[in-house]
Amino acid sequence: MDKAKSVMDQKGSGPCCTNGMHKPLRRQLSNGSCSPFSPTDDDHHHDPQTNGSPAKRCRLRRRMESVRKNRPPFPWFGMDIGGTLVKLVYFEPKDITAEEEQEEVENLKSIRWYLTSNTAYGKTGVRDVHLELRNLTICGRTGNLHFIRFPTAAMHKFIQMGRDKHFSSLHTTLCATGGGAYKFENDFRTMADLELLKLDELDCLIQGLLYIDSVGFNDHPECYFFENPSDTQNCIKKPCCLDNLFPMLLVNIGSGVSILAVYAKDDYKRVTGTSLGGGTFLGLCCLLTGCETFEEALEMASKGDSTNVDKLVKDIYGGDYQRFGLQGSAVASSFGHMMSKEKRESISKEDLARATLVTITNNIGSIARMCAVNEKIERVVFVGNFLRINTVSTKLLAYAMDFWSKGQLRALFLEHEGYFGAVGAFLELLKSSDDA
Amino acid sequence: MALCGVADTGSHSMDKSITLPPDEIFRNLENAKRFAIDIGGSLTKLAYYSTVQHKVAKVRSFDHSAKETDGDPLYEISVQEEITARLHFIKFENAYIETCLDFIKDHLVNTETKVIKATGGGAHKFKDLIEKKLKLKVDKEDEMTCLIKGCNFVLKNIPHEAFVYAKHADSEFRFQHTHPDIFPYLLINIGSGVSIVKVEAEDKFERIGGSSIGGGTFWGLGALLTKTKRFDELLQLASKGQHTNVDMLVKDIYGGAYGSLGLTGDLIASSFGKSATTDKEFSKEDMAKSLLHMISNDIGQLACLYAKLHNLTRVYFGGFFIRGHPVTMHTITYSINFFTKGEVQALFLRHEGYLGAIGAFLKGAEEDNPNQYSWGENYAGSSGLMSVSPELNPIQRARSGTFDMLEMDRLERQLVNLPLLQDPTSYIPDTVDLTEDALAREYWLYCFEEALDGVVKRAIASQKDQPEAVERAEKFRQKYRHKLQTLRHQPFAYGSLTVRSLLDTREHCLNEFNFPDPYSKIKQKENDMALKYYLKVVKSVEELSWEQRQFNLVKGLLAGNVFDWGAKAVSDVLESDPEFGFEQAKQQLQDNSGIDIILGVFPFIRELLIRGTEVVLASNSAPALNDVTNSELQILTERIAAMDPVIHAALKEDRLALVQNGSSSPCLDLSRLDKVLATVVRERGTDLVIIEGMGRAIHTNYYAMLSCESLKLAVIKNSWLADRLGGKIFSVVFKYEVPSKAQGQH
Repeated sequence: MDKAKSVMDQKGSGPCCTNGMHKPLRRQLSNGSCSPFSPTDDDHHHDPQTNGSPAKRCRLRRRMESVRKNRPPFPWFGMDIGGTLVKLVYFEPKDITAEEEQEEVENLKSIRWYLTSNTAYGKTGVRDVHLELRNLTICGRTGNLHFIRFPTAAMHKFIQMGRDKHFSSLHTTLCATGGGAYKFENDFRTMADLELLKLDELDCLIQGLLYIDSVGFNDHPECYFFENPSDTQNCIKKPCCLDNLFPMLLVNIGSGVSILAVYAKDDYKRVTGTSLGGGTFLGLCCLLTGCETFEEALEMASKGDSTNVDKLVKDIYGGDYQRFGLQGSAVASSFGHMMSKEKRESISKEDLARATLVTITNNIGSIARMCAVNEKIERVVFVGNFLRINTVSTKLLAYAMDFWSKGQLRALFLEHEGYFGAVGAFLELLKSSDDA
Repeated sequence: MALCGVADTGSHSMDKSITLPPDEIFRNLENAKRFAIDIGGSLTKLAYYSTVQHKVAKVRSFDHSAKETDGDPLYEISVQEEITARLHFIKFENAYIETCLDFIKDHLVNTETKVIKATGGGAHKFKDLIEKKLKLKVDKEDEMTCLIKGCNFVLKNIPHEAFVYAKHADSEFRFQHTHPDIFPYLLINIGSGVSIVKVEAEDKFERIGGSSIGGGTFWGLGALLTKTKRFDELLQLASKGQHTNVDMLVKDIYGGAYGSLGLTGDLIASSFGKSATTDKEFSKEDMAKSLLHMISNDIGQLACLYAKLHNLTRVYFGGFFIRGHPVTMHTITYSINFFTKGEVQALFLRHEGYLGAIGAFLKGAEEDNPNQYSWGENYAGSSGLMSVSPELNPIQRARSGTFDMLEMDRLERQLVNLPLLQDPTSYIPDTVDLTEDALAREYWLYCFEEALDGVVKRAIASQKDQPEAVERAEKFRQKYRHKLQTLRHQPFAYGSLTVRSLLDTREHCLNEFNFPDPYSKIKQKENDMALKYYLKVVKSVEELSWEQRQFNLVKGLLAGNVFDWGAKAVSDVLESDPEFGFEQAKQQLQDNSGIDIILGVFPFIRELLIRGTEVVLASNSAPALNDVTNSELQILTERIAAMDPVIHAALKEDRLALVQNGSSSPCLDLSRLDKVLATVVRERGTDLVIIEGMGRAIHTNYYAMLSCESLKLAVIKNSWLADRLGGKIFSVVFKYEVPSKAQGQH
């Protein structure tokens, strides 16, 4: 038996959430008044009494049933619709009783079957099997948490699928965060007769992150860092458990970048952001190399050499710029060599991809470091799908934090990189039933 | 000889554009010394030091021990040669380096110079060429050190060096009156990369940060994306593009704004976020624009983070990415404003391109102690901001090629703040900023153009004995008219355009053509005449009751003020009617009193002295219009003292002191006064400042707040200005102010 789970079960005391390692969160879930996002969140709670259509009345009935059981009806989803990717978490109950199995409507069964028996959906949907969280007990139910992503460009296909599979008949609440929750709200309503429960993306990000960190990654820590970040030969990934995450600077690198200072579970502020993010890397790579996917771009970058593209300090000064203590190997001008026509004509796509990746990563590192210093925070946690399968960037960020702060700052990373917003939305689903 | 003759042997396609006589570019090469050169990626900046021989009018007292006769003038005027130091800075495209070096070699007479200081990325590349051509040893100086030294120098010596750029305002350039204390500040140099330097004192600076995303990234990445080679062309593309086709905006993700965070829908969420597709073609313009935004925003953000960390609010931007390009100045300004929520303004520098050359020069000229002197921009010899900007003035570009010049004259006196300024940091000398006030600008430019004939006539008349004066005066006319035309199109060329700067530019142009003091003879004649009336005026005033006497003395001050050749209304009357004199002036004011200094000021200070007040009489160091100069005043005072025991005793007991103010302008900048005057003011505990005359009390200092009582008085001798102030021509301004209460009486 799952050791993590047994610990959770012992600690878990409430009727709903038994994953005790996140006690504070559970408390928050069971008590709406201490919700960190109640000011904006209240707007998203639709009063069931005011909904008049027959479908909605039906949903209301089902909801009332689940309220009696103190949990929402299946299926349980959380969705984060970003600028580039849609992140979906799905809870697959593994403790379904025979009675339940019988009662389970065909639609629900087919959704469960479709999601859990496949690892790819359509041309572009992917289930990150390696991230699956097993034997999780949530709201008295035990099951697996699945992590699925697909491009935001396929959003309309997804909604059509929801319509074709009569998703609305299941009368579940679809909790969604990210900009797309707002952008596609009307499409969900008109195309698939689905109402979204819209949630703030930063709230979700933090709640999701804290939850996953608290339950751990199938007996392993969710968090890791790099040992010897300034030594490329001996730089090793090391898992770690943090007694206290706060205060942390949370750097979320999606299409763009948001930087948050998080002081406590309910206490955070957005410090700043930059438009030079994952979208910029992929956008520039597509223009420069003709590649089509993030994977392709990273693959090229891994083979390239950015020093053929970037002008280094030593290219200008012949060595170190001692007057200012700059190493000769430091980048003086990103893409600086490309000012020369000859060099432009002889450069490889791999070098260009690498330079793009290094430029964007270093810039994020630089801004994050300045924010950490300004906010007087030593822990810098990097998340977001830009870091997916991207060890070039994670190592570079670890190096940048360590080197430029002379060891004062530590870069931390999380295994579920880009899924925390979706997890936060998923948690909100459980909370919403709780509140009702 | 024309420089194009040399250039023709070269292979450059732009040779034809150098058609200026080179003596108008590389001036005073005969006695040039201490060369410095800053070679950047596309522009070369050459600096050298020269001594300029020019004529100055000197006055000398006659020996009055012999019995006086009525026919002798009071003093004699002689024109003498004087040598002053001047700094020359010339900026040109790298393509001309060889041509220019050849020209310098041919004209360099002074052989004392052995070394040329060099800085900039290109210095290395051209080292051999320079050494071969000029036979000077190239001595490399650190780029950043030069930059900072140059920056300190221009900030200290050029009052309107820094400006804020506002693309959509009436005047794009809003000049900042540089505060006397220029430290600390942040300099963000955007070259191929970005350096962020904190400057705390003349020799104390530190590179606190930087970024590799800079001008080289814009250029290199831009060239890859758009297949456009030149930096300027990339900027042109960018100025025509729509970044929203390439960038992912907040509204592309949210469908609208991200309200809870206050992020508007038009904000860029992800630069190039829309280009991650192979199904779509993107236009060069759009990509260039997106790239420009990405880089400008990024630099702006880092600059703000560093400014915040070091608690600095003065942030100057320079480097080739900025260099006078309205497009990048706009995007950087926007970014700084966005990230600091308007708390920090991006500042740019008029002579940004020269900083490295100035600094390298200063490094080489340390033994001349250039930093111990005050320097002033010579408007006659300087091109002014954006003079070679093709988008602004294509005609002028064709005329002057791509050569841009800056000349700085060493001032004889060190200039400092008047210690009595209530708030030196907010003091602005000029009453009306003509760069902002289009109507006023129009009027004054017209006014100065109209008056030009008269000034030329006066200049010729002042040198009747020299036949070539006519030719020189004609050159003066052309030069000044050209300056006026430039200012009509680019009012920001020399900082804020003001009546003072227009007057100063005229003085600089007159000096340029050796008309040091066109009014010396007139002043001499007037002084002679006035002196004869002095005792009579003093006596008539003495006979009045106390109250009447005060009234008359003040009216006398004002009546004397009418005798001003600078004011067109007055000079019209004076020119048309040679008999017009003191009596007419009295009638205009319906009053009885005396000429300017002798019959107006002296009776007034005499009264002050009698009642026991100490008086410091400040006057111009060098000639400006018909204003009395300090050397003239010395002689006049001596003569009056010989007649008047009150003045005599006061001089002897040091209750009357004559001090020069360091100015040679009809206007007065109280933040740039002779250091000696400032010391005297402080030591004597001055508690009342009287500022007299239209130039000093109306065009400048009308709103100046002093920490002691002050009296500003003048007669408005210009009907347009009188209208503006709500009065009639020849109305009187009598403004008495007490600090803090700030009461004004008219």
